[in-house]
Amino acid sequence: MNWTLAIPEIALSISGLIILLWGAIQKKGNAFFPCAILSIAAFVAVGFLTLTVSNGVGYNGLFINDEFSRYMKILIIIAGFLSIILSIDFNGKNDTNCFEYIALIVFSTVGAMVMVSSNDLMTLYMGLELSSLALYILCAIDRKNVFSAESGVKYFVLGSVASGILLYGISMIYGFSGGMGYSTIHQIIASNHALSAGFAVGLVFVLVGLCFKISAVPFHMWTPDVYQGAPTPVTTFLSTAPKFAAFALFLRLMIGPFGHLSPQWQLLIEVIAILSIIIGSVGAIAQTNIKRMMAYSSISHMGFALVGLAAATPDGVMGTLIYLTTYLFMNVGTFAVIAAMSRKGHVVENINDLAGLGKTDPGIATAMAIFMFSMAGVPPLAGFFGKFLVFKAALGADLYSLTIIGLLASAVGAFFYLRIVKIMFFDKAVEALDQRSLSLSFVTFSMGTLTLVFMLFLSPMIQMGQIAAQSLFH
Amino acid sequence: MMPIILFYIFAVILLLSAVMVVISRNSVHAALFLVLAFCNASGLFLIAGAEFLAILLIAIYAGAVMILFLFIVMTMQTNLVQLKEGMQHYLPVGFCIAIVLVVELIIVAINWHIDPNVAEAARQPLLQNMSNTKALGSLIYTNYIFLFQMAGLVLLVAMIGAIVLTLRKRPTNRRQVVARQHMREPNQTLEMRSVELNKGVDDLGGYLRPKETYYGIAQEDSFGPKPGDKMDITEKRQEREQSK
Repeated sequence: MNWTLAIPEIALSISGLIILLWGAIQKKGNAFFPCAILSIAAFVAVGFLTLTVSNGVGYNGLFINDEFSRYMKILIIIAGFLSIILSIDFNGKNDTNCFEYIALIVFSTVGAMVMVSSNDLMTLYMGLELSSLALYILCAIDRKNVFSAESGVKYFVLGSVASGILLYGISMIYGFSGGMGYSTIHQIIASNHALSAGFAVGLVFVLVGLCFKISAVPFHMWTPDVYQGAPTPVTTFLSTAPKFAAFALFLRLMIGPFGHLSPQWQLLIEVIAILSIIIGSVGAIAQTNIKRMMAYSSISHMGFALVGLAAATPDGVMGTLIYLTTYLFMNVGTFAVIAAMSRKGHVVENINDLAGLGKTDPGIATAMAIFMFSMAGVPPLAGFFGKFLVFKAALGADLYSLTIIGLLASAVGAFFYLRIVKIMFFDKAVEALDQRSLSLSFVTFSMGTLTLVFMLFLSPMIQMGQIAAQSLFH
Repeated sequence: MMPIILFYIFAVILLLSAVMVVISRNSVHAALFLVLAFCNASGLFLIAGAEFLAILLIAIYAGAVMILFLFIVMTMQTNLVQLKEGMQHYLPVGFCIAIVLVVELIIVAINWHIDPNVAEAARQPLLQNMSNTKALGSLIYTNYIFLFQMAGLVLLVAMIGAIVLTLRKRPTNRRQVVARQHMREPNQTLEMRSVELNKGVDDLGGYLRPKETYYGIAQEDSFGPKPGDKMDITEKRQEREQSK
């Protein structure tokens, strides 16, 4: 048994345990900052381990490492790393600076990494549960805030229902194919082309469970409430790492074991993608709370990323990977700006609170404008290339209606992104926001720079994305 | 023949109690019906030869989870009217989804072909000369060690969550220095009084808080009446009479 394949996950779990132990033996209140630094060191070390660990299948076929899993794991580790940096200063404001917070983010990241590396439906489920359970707690961690409790309860109840549906689907697939491993299912499907009804129902149920995780329409209802209620660093994490992990599962399952059935599921993915793009773009227009707006924005981004999967070609998967990478930069940067929004020590979250930011704090306003333009898909910025690659792949697979509707809806989406730019630069200034902290400025400006100069890294990114996508198709 | 009869008995009771869980108005009754359903499900497991799963179901679900659940139901005030408020609003949608699911399940059931080899394979013991429990253990700790450890992490996260969401330092916490508490003499804290019939505590002069011993054993930053507070019973009674 080649146990070294899971070294990054094992190392990260052990650092989580050490953080927990370190926090427990410290006097209360002093533990948060050292634990945060410890976890940042752990994320950096695990990032290097992920890059160096060998490829292969281990643990009796339960676990797989390939180029694809490496790519997704690096994205997830970056997401965890950045959320911890965001929380260093933010959590002092609302009194959630407890060491358990750090440990939970670390464990949730472990779960997300295991999901990416799953080669068996049981591994999928265990990783999903570990990652979600930690997130339910993180959403409710701000105990003084009633919205935080609401967010935790809503996410927990709906997430449990989604897990139940996913498990039901897994049991159907197991019953009709006789195996849980992806390779077994792949062989069964390859050997008999007729798809039995039970198998189709199981596949759809698994899809439902994963769609809930990435908040694709029609399983998106929880997103605005949960995003709004959870503390901003948690929302940052929630909108990146678990979504990347669920997306990795989506791609691995659909291309791998269910790859032969692509004519059957392609239409389903197309419909989900179109609905997510439209409802995400239209729903965001009416929002006044910026976190709710970002929730709808993430719904539409997930729809765009699904366009690449709907193409079901290596180019499509590559487009999805690049899209998710650009989404990580834009999204974390935007949430860093949101985390910086506070007035006299109180967190403010209304879109109108940004009014006049262009005069009172031009640096952060410029960064926010870059993120908004990038999310709207304005050409030289990162977001444009993601959209370009997924739609190019969709055109390559002759999905014309999907491309046309997607492009039209992205024009609708541009409205609410540009409205924020308008409010920041052209509306009358209200009271200035508090002085932003160093860590938030670091995240904002580094993500802003990455979004701005993404085109310089475009060709190596595309190359990496292609290698990762090829490893799924073998 | 016998197992088949037992199967139908267990299955019928299981289904009936499951229905009762959903339709019973009293939530304590629902919880008890769920216990009954678990007991019957474990009976089904026994018939199938999975004695370890049967005992797990009883020990964990009926024994631990449901008892905790009952405690929660009994200690929590649930307002049934409030719970059923949105019912009529959501009923049509829920009903449509239920119908779709039932139709799907029927289609699945029609398409159900059981591989003829399955029945034979199920009769074979998993590993030779090994009981069910032992075979399960030897698989969990070898082939599925990765998943086993993952399950451990999931439970650890659940424990962290339960603690971090409920444990809080209230300003009204009272904590004692246990060693000093144990050093007390009984007559410092106890006083024997004979109580007449139809007389209450008030008539005897009310409760008498053992002032000295309380401050003797309380931790320094612990919540409690301040030394200047009126704790003497005569003062309290005078206060009460004045207010009348």
